[in-house]
Amino acid sequence: MLPRAFEKAAERQLSKRGDTHMMTRHFHRLLTFAGAALVAAAAAVGASAAEPIKIGSFLTVSGPASFLGDPEKKTLELYVERINAAGGVLGRQLQLTVYDTGGDAKQAATFARRLIEEDKVDFLIGGSSTGDTMAAVPIIERAEIPFISLGGASVIVDPVKKWVFKTPHTDRLAVEKVYADMKKRGLSKVGLIAGDGGFDKSCVANASDKALLDRYGVSVVGNESYSSGDKDTTAQLTKLKAAPGIQAILFCGFGVASVIVTKNYHQLGITVPLYHSHGSASKQFITGAGEAAEGARLPAAAVLVAAQLPDSDPQKKVGLAYTKAYDERYHEAVSTFGGHAYDALMLLVDAIKRAGTTDRAKVRDALEGTKNYIGVDGIYDITPSDHDGLNVSSFKMVEVKNGDWKYLY
Amino acid sequence: MAEFVQFVFSGITVGAIYALVGLGFSIIYNASQVINFAQGEFVMIGGLTTAMLAQGGVPVPIAAAIAIAAAVVAGVALEKLAVEQARDAPVVTLIIITIGASIFLRGLAQIVFDRNYHALAGFSGEAPIHLAGATIVPQTLWVLGTTAALVLALAWFFGRTLLGKAILATSYNPLAAQLAGIGTRSLLLLSFGLSAALGAIGGILIAPISLTSYDVGVLLGLKGFSAAVLGGLGSSLGAVAGGLLLGLIEALGAGYISSSYKDAIAFVIILLVLFFMPRGLLGRRGTERV
Repeated sequence: MLPRAFEKAAERQLSKRGDTHMMTRHFHRLLTFAGAALVAAAAAVGASAAEPIKIGSFLTVSGPASFLGDPEKKTLELYVERINAAGGVLGRQLQLTVYDTGGDAKQAATFARRLIEEDKVDFLIGGSSTGDTMAAVPIIERAEIPFISLGGASVIVDPVKKWVFKTPHTDRLAVEKVYADMKKRGLSKVGLIAGDGGFDKSCVANASDKALLDRYGVSVVGNESYSSGDKDTTAQLTKLKAAPGIQAILFCGFGVASVIVTKNYHQLGITVPLYHSHGSASKQFITGAGEAAEGARLPAAAVLVAAQLPDSDPQKKVGLAYTKAYDERYHEAVSTFGGHAYDALMLLVDAIKRAGTTDRAKVRDALEGTKNYIGVDGIYDITPSDHDGLNVSSFKMVEVKNGDWKYLY
Repeated sequence: MAEFVQFVFSGITVGAIYALVGLGFSIIYNASQVINFAQGEFVMIGGLTTAMLAQGGVPVPIAAAIAIAAAVVAGVALEKLAVEQARDAPVVTLIIITIGASIFLRGLAQIVFDRNYHALAGFSGEAPIHLAGATIVPQTLWVLGTTAALVLALAWFFGRTLLGKAILATSYNPLAAQLAGIGTRSLLLLSFGLSAALGAIGGILIAPISLTSYDVGVLLGLKGFSAAVLGGLGSSLGAVAGGLLLGLIEALGAGYISSSYKDAIAFVIILLVLFFMPRGLLGRRGTERV
């Protein structure tokens, strides 16, 4: 702020310069226009060449389901890096944004909204748990953005939602596989134990479904539940142990509860076989439960036992490649959850390539037309009425033996 | 009958941990009328530090000692840096400060460690023991034994040593205690350290049974607080009784009524007790002499 006298003197000087002043102003204006035009041109050219394909993700990296979200995040980051290093997709780089929901479904909805509205992503991969997925589905359907879920329950794709796909086998397929194994071993009376999450409830519903029970000659003689923060389930297991004629126990949960239930099962000296769903298909389960896990059986995606598959199995090659890459980078055993994320990313990239564009509707249609795609979870045949695309044959039955997974059939 | 014994065992096991956490609440409340909501985080620090160190190859007893020391440091730091700075503020403010501290400690744990769940091997293995028709893991005996030993030690401390009696005196009447020459401020420091150590030991004991992670403190702290209130806030015996009772109610409720409503049953009982016996079961039916 110049004192008044100064200002007046300055004005007098400027008005003296009259003509030169006007010229300077014109020149300045010209310069500004030229500069703006140049920047706009550069931006236009730069934008179309370097604009990345944005993939958004909301995962349960922390919390009781961290067994699921942590390898999923690591897998997505690893493969986005690899794809970008190899030139990206359609000449464009992939840009990944991951948010941690902590297993809280409300957070999942919030993050899905943020990814769509603020981060303006083109596609979504995520929803490690069924609860997280279902909370975000209404927002995603309204926004009409292709979404590949990593959650387990059949309710995600049944009834079919236009923009929602998923890669893991459904819990219904898991129950079918377990009941088929029970029938093979001559067991018919099962007790269920599950938590209060979306996947748990869906799994119990499928396990109690009359059609499945009749098909495999199984009957449910006990049904106990725990709540998700529980540290001890001996009360529930004691009741199951005493259920009349019980021949097997099916644990319909996932994450940390898989360890607690298994340890309690071992502590109580329960002798009937213990089955899990594919929600326990992670080495973390074996490490956590220790010797209590021996003999537990569960249906799992092929990637868990890729090295043990017969050479004729078409999934062996893909599974081994993923196992090697993940182990090299992170020095930890693969889990099927990382596999779900791998398949989701690869399916999406494949669909983008086939559609030849990142237009959401066209990519969605391309996803729906995926045929005979060999992933680490299974071989996908997606149709307008089946947005999961897997069947029972690509599910492998495994057993915990000597602290590791053993491929049965 | 065997079922009942099984439920009782699982109830008193988790109840013993609630008792230790509740004791921590009681001790700090006695010394300063503050409810320290970071108590659950001390449990988390104890269990998680031990688990992470043991995973890294440190022998468990040394890891446990380091973990307890870390919790004590956290407790003393909380007192020195937060509670003492605001000592003239109303009690509500101090309570909110402890809530903030608990959030801070949780965040710190996520950064220093990670967000996964971690297992700790049972101190004496995992082979089930058969007792009165029920089966327990050896760790249960560790939990019950150590808690009993700690409670007896504290009873001796508060009843027979000058320092313990000074803390009790401060809880009855801080002004009179100060006038009698008791350094109430350094006693507060001691109380925080002691509560932190108790919480940490509880965390280490329960980690082999129920896994540990950065957020186990939230629910354990809340249940421990409920146990302390149930037994009568300020009474050490009440905290222990409240903890065991809460654990039993939970286990029996899950076993005989419904596993889904286990938490609800426990909290409803607490509400009923507070409606009809607001001082808790063993709370001081104090009379104020004018």
